[in-house]
Amino acid sequence: MLRLTAERMGSLLARRAAMPLATSSARMASHGHEVATTVDMSKPLYYDRKDTPLPDRAYKDVLDTADKGLKQKEKGPWGQLSKEEKIALYRIMFCQTYAEMKQPSDEWKTVMGGIFILLGLTGLIVWWQSIYVYPERPRTFDEEWKAKQLKRMLDMRINPVEGFSAKWDYEKGQWK
Amino acid sequence: MFRAVFRLSATGARSLARSRPCYSAPLASRCYSHGKVETDEEFDARWVTYFSKPDIDAWELRKGMNTLIGYDLVPEAKILDSALRACRRLNDMASAIRILEAVKDKAGPHKDIYPYLIQELKPTLAELGISTPEELGIDRL
Repeated sequence: MLRLTAERMGSLLARRAAMPLATSSARMASHGHEVATTVDMSKPLYYDRKDTPLPDRAYKDVLDTADKGLKQKEKGPWGQLSKEEKIALYRIMFCQTYAEMKQPSDEWKTVMGGIFILLGLTGLIVWWQSIYVYPERPRTFDEEWKAKQLKRMLDMRINPVEGFSAKWDYEKGQWK
Repeated sequence: MFRAVFRLSATGARSLARSRPCYSAPLASRCYSHGKVETDEEFDARWVTYFSKPDIDAWELRKGMNTLIGYDLVPEAKILDSALRACRRLNDMASAIRILEAVKDKAGPHKDIYPYLIQELKPTLAELGISTPEELGIDRL
């Protein structure tokens, strides 16, 4: 009986994991984007794009009787259509107006926030690491040791022609 | 004709290629291509003819409009007039309004192009009974 429940948990988790993979373009609702279900890519698609004003199909393809009547009226002179009817016809054909398409979203705030949070987390990890992971500081980094090392290098005349010791003034006992 | 506006713009390297060279050579051959260059008038005439087809179908209208908007230019009033009449033949008022919106968006920062086009198209808009997006209030949110 325990084995059975474990299998069911496994299949449930698998289905939940597969869900975001199966659905196309899911965005955070707070950004104001629509959450889309699976799209049949073999049929003409509707899309709102500024660079493609007329998409492959109308936005609403199933029309109720009111819309059908309006479509019939569209075949006559357009001067007889009222403003509301013209707007209704537009909304049948298209989902968003250009003004609505051009609306800025708040997505950049999420992106920047995410970047800073991750940078901060990384900083914390690096800090913890420098305390708990790094080995002891070698004694060769002490100021006293480094001074003695420097004196030794000058005494040995390291790179006396153009490099290290060439920059040391041996008469005056200081850097040139 | 409106391509003159785009000659100096940062976008549209293609428009730079189409600008007139500094020397005035009357012939079509230029230093950058072997082929004959289409003049602005020929371009406009071609598109007016395309949309003037009496039995134009919806697909051809969409294809033509989407292609035209894809170019680095704002279409001339006469091309738009022809396209709006094609919408009328197809009984598609919504596409006519959409075309006006698209053209306004195409003008970009050049705010004086769209009012000029509307002024030029006023007789056609009145004749066909097309309202501009501003009249319908859909140019605002």
